[in-house]
Amino acid sequence: MSTPADVISLPTPQPVATRRRAGWLGSFPVVPTLILLIIALVAVFADQLAPHNPEIGSLAARFKPPFWQAGGTATYLLGTDQLGRDVLSRLIFGARVSMVVGITAVLFAGAVGTLLGIVSGYLGGWVDQVIMRITDTWLALPALTFAIFLAAIVGPSMWNIVFILGLTYWTRYARVVRGEVLSLREREFVRLAIVAGCSKWTIMLRHILPNVVNSAVVLASLMLGVVIITEATLSFLGVGVPPPQPAWGLMLSDGKQGLMVGYWWLTVFPGCCIMLMVLSANLLGDWLRVKFDPQLRQL
Amino acid sequence: MAQFISRRVGYCLLSLLLLSLTIFFFVRVTGDPAALLVEPGASAADIAAIHERFGLDRPLWEQYGLFMWALAHGDLGQSFYYQTPVIELYLSRLPYSLLLASAAMVFSLVIGIPSGVLASVRVGRFWDSAGKLFALLGLSLPSFWVGLVLILVFSVYLRWLPSSGAGTPAHLIMPAFALGWYFAAAHMRLTRSSMLDVLGSEYIKLARLKGLPEALVIAKHAFKNALIPVITLAGINLVIMINVAVVVETVFAWPGIGRLLYEGITFRDFPVVQGVVLLGGAMIIVVNLAIDILYAVIDPRIRFER
Amino acid sequence: MVGEPLLRLENLSTHYVSAQGSRVVRAVDEVSLSLNAGETLGIVGESGSGKSTLALTMLRVLPPAARIVSGRILFEGEDLVAKSDAEMREIRGKRIAMILQDPMASLNPLFSIGNQVAEPIRVHDGASRSTAWAKARDLLKAVRIPSPETRLGQYPHEMSGGMRQRIVGAIGIACEPRLLIADEPTTSLDLTIQAQYLNLLRELQREHGLALIFITHNLGIVAKMCDQLAVMYAGRLVESGSVSRVFNAPAHPYTKALLNSIPRMSDRSQRLTAIAGQPPDLAKLPRGCAFAQRCPQVADRCRDEAPPAFPLGNGQLARCWLSQDIGRQPRAAAGAD
Repeated sequence: MSTPADVISLPTPQPVATRRRAGWLGSFPVVPTLILLIIALVAVFADQLAPHNPEIGSLAARFKPPFWQAGGTATYLLGTDQLGRDVLSRLIFGARVSMVVGITAVLFAGAVGTLLGIVSGYLGGWVDQVIMRITDTWLALPALTFAIFLAAIVGPSMWNIVFILGLTYWTRYARVVRGEVLSLREREFVRLAIVAGCSKWTIMLRHILPNVVNSAVVLASLMLGVVIITEATLSFLGVGVPPPQPAWGLMLSDGKQGLMVGYWWLTVFPGCCIMLMVLSANLLGDWLRVKFDPQLRQL
Repeated sequence: MAQFISRRVGYCLLSLLLLSLTIFFFVRVTGDPAALLVEPGASAADIAAIHERFGLDRPLWEQYGLFMWALAHGDLGQSFYYQTPVIELYLSRLPYSLLLASAAMVFSLVIGIPSGVLASVRVGRFWDSAGKLFALLGLSLPSFWVGLVLILVFSVYLRWLPSSGAGTPAHLIMPAFALGWYFAAAHMRLTRSSMLDVLGSEYIKLARLKGLPEALVIAKHAFKNALIPVITLAGINLVIMINVAVVVETVFAWPGIGRLLYEGITFRDFPVVQGVVLLGGAMIIVVNLAIDILYAVIDPRIRFER
Repeated sequence: MVGEPLLRLENLSTHYVSAQGSRVVRAVDEVSLSLNAGETLGIVGESGSGKSTLALTMLRVLPPAARIVSGRILFEGEDLVAKSDAEMREIRGKRIAMILQDPMASLNPLFSIGNQVAEPIRVHDGASRSTAWAKARDLLKAVRIPSPETRLGQYPHEMSGGMRQRIVGAIGIACEPRLLIADEPTTSLDLTIQAQYLNLLRELQREHGLALIFITHNLGIVAKMCDQLAVMYAGRLVESGSVSRVFNAPAHPYTKALLNSIPRMSDRSQRLTAIAGQPPDLAKLPRGCAFAQRCPQVADRCRDEAPPAFPLGNGQLARCWLSQDIGRQPRAAAGAD
């Protein structure tokens, strides 16, 4: 009969010399953060890093495979697309698009959403009702559908996309922040501020805001992945970042043409980039969430 | 009970109203709605006719009234490209989307729920980690890319499955997988956390104290309770699937409403775009209502809630 | 005291270990006590004293972070600590049963009362559905629930708190156990219902020859219901003995303070007597006696060395240096046993 699981002999507890990692979620996600940093650097130094011009190609060099396949050359390391443009260069500049759109959209959505969430949660009353009804309705529509709708109206351009993504995703921030503000509102330090005669705006900005920043940041990191996928989807459908700008989603759309004839590099490489970026953002976001705010577990 | 239902119906109507308002607002607010509502390449006379028809020179609230009046009569405009009423187009394509969404939903539940239960029972061990990986990938990979890679592998290289169109079950496999993976991940995660929540509750403790075999504790006592939030999510997700299937349908040329939306964007067929979005949103709101009511019927505790 | 005690704990210790092994919470520390068949034992202590963990340890239903580190649990002569999971499952519910504090939370909201009461009978006795259902009806009658037939088909949320607790009691005695452990069974009940429920438990005990263990912070219940008493503080057993002895002549300063803190109607002074200070962090127990910081009779020795349990005669024990000398003297009859 083996020793039952809950009976062991414990040595007297030692001071902790080495920290045994409690699973991969417990420790800082080094690799994902590194990947994101690399992508960011690539985005910043795209002009220096890219071997060719991403927007102009040579028709003589169309549909060249990556250098390790037959027909490929070292000039175009990862092959070329239907207009003879270098895939590697387009990937590099695409990083810039993804980073810029992703981060700006998240910041924009975050700023608007957090502000409205604070206002809604703190002021209450009809302001709260109005904002919440709008939020609920917009949340009812899937982000993608809403984003496509807006894109169809305003037309494609990079900054339009940022704006659209911001409009689509601010509701998620507002929801979460409002929830936090509702409980913060009852806390001592807020009451003290009211008694001390602070105006509503002072309270909201100086007392409440710093306390919700935590959740907003965690939410932002979680949203980054979602936003990038949505941007890629919009570009793929043709309502995102317009050609000839290189966006990974757009590259995938172009790559569709060559798919049936086996030009796999036009599909696999851009997709891998998206996957790497989103995966890293998600892992980092997960870690932040566990680390900083267990209440956000539901997200 | 009646009070509960009437309340929920009230919310539903309010949401529908706000939805229509939102759509209406965005179309009007961009400066020149005529540009959207008119066929590309229309003459000045056509433009004038559109102005007349939609009352674009009249005050906003009148326009809204006209808009709602048309909606109430099921008139969502006419597709420029197909020259048929939008509502007809929508209804003809809906069954295909329902089919795809149902297949994807079955896939997501069959994979998601058991793996979620397994992960919760084997926390920290192999199945939990495997499940987490599956979920992570499902949530990080764009569904259309999954679709494209599947086509590459199964249609181009292996030549096992058809890459486009609908018609045979073989046509359904890849799109359903591509669409369903994300949701399988979501369902797995929720099942896992729901099970963990339930496993920590007092009645589970008591079930163990009764000396019940662990398998019975999990399968009977824990599972049924843990399933409640998952089913709710699944219900809502079904409708969401229909709407976000736009990319998967585009990749696989599946003739559903997602593809209709794509056509609308590509051909600048705005009535179609507006119609799909409006109906999609309305569908979600109504299904939410149905789920709420169904809930109240099944779980008697809910009826007395606010 | 005839023959073997029904239950005997010998130096039982349960610790909670954090994932990295760095933080150890000594929830139950070297507890020894014994209980005879048909007797009632009260285990008393503040929250965090380890009394609930002790109960769960006895049935080996501990959370994954907990470990039984040492000691034995001798039930009808068998050591439960050495038993496998399968063997424990046969004991739980059948030979030892337990009632939890919150009856609403203890019952599964999605299954009928009949289903939940019949369940242990079906699992342990292998009874058929109809037999178990009939037995469940009898059990509901035994716990004085009116119109048991209708109640069998109803759901937990349709019952009042008092009824739910009775149902939990019915589940407890369903397979005729020898020992029933009740963890704060009346804490969630209204005052008026508490007395009824306690009477019910006493009747059931008499009818079925049950031994009862009451886990509570309420000394009033102990006075009314229990024969024996064990006082816990910071995971350790600080005093034990018969209820009449301990109440009349408490040996440990903590027990004295507990008894003093009960407000009496005759007490004219305005202030309630509380025990100053807080219980210690169970992960960082002091070197000496755990109560030293709050003890009004503390001596230097108390801070350096943790006292062992000293016998005081007639089954009374106290874990206090003050009792060291008392035990050596023949004890004058302070009250009839």
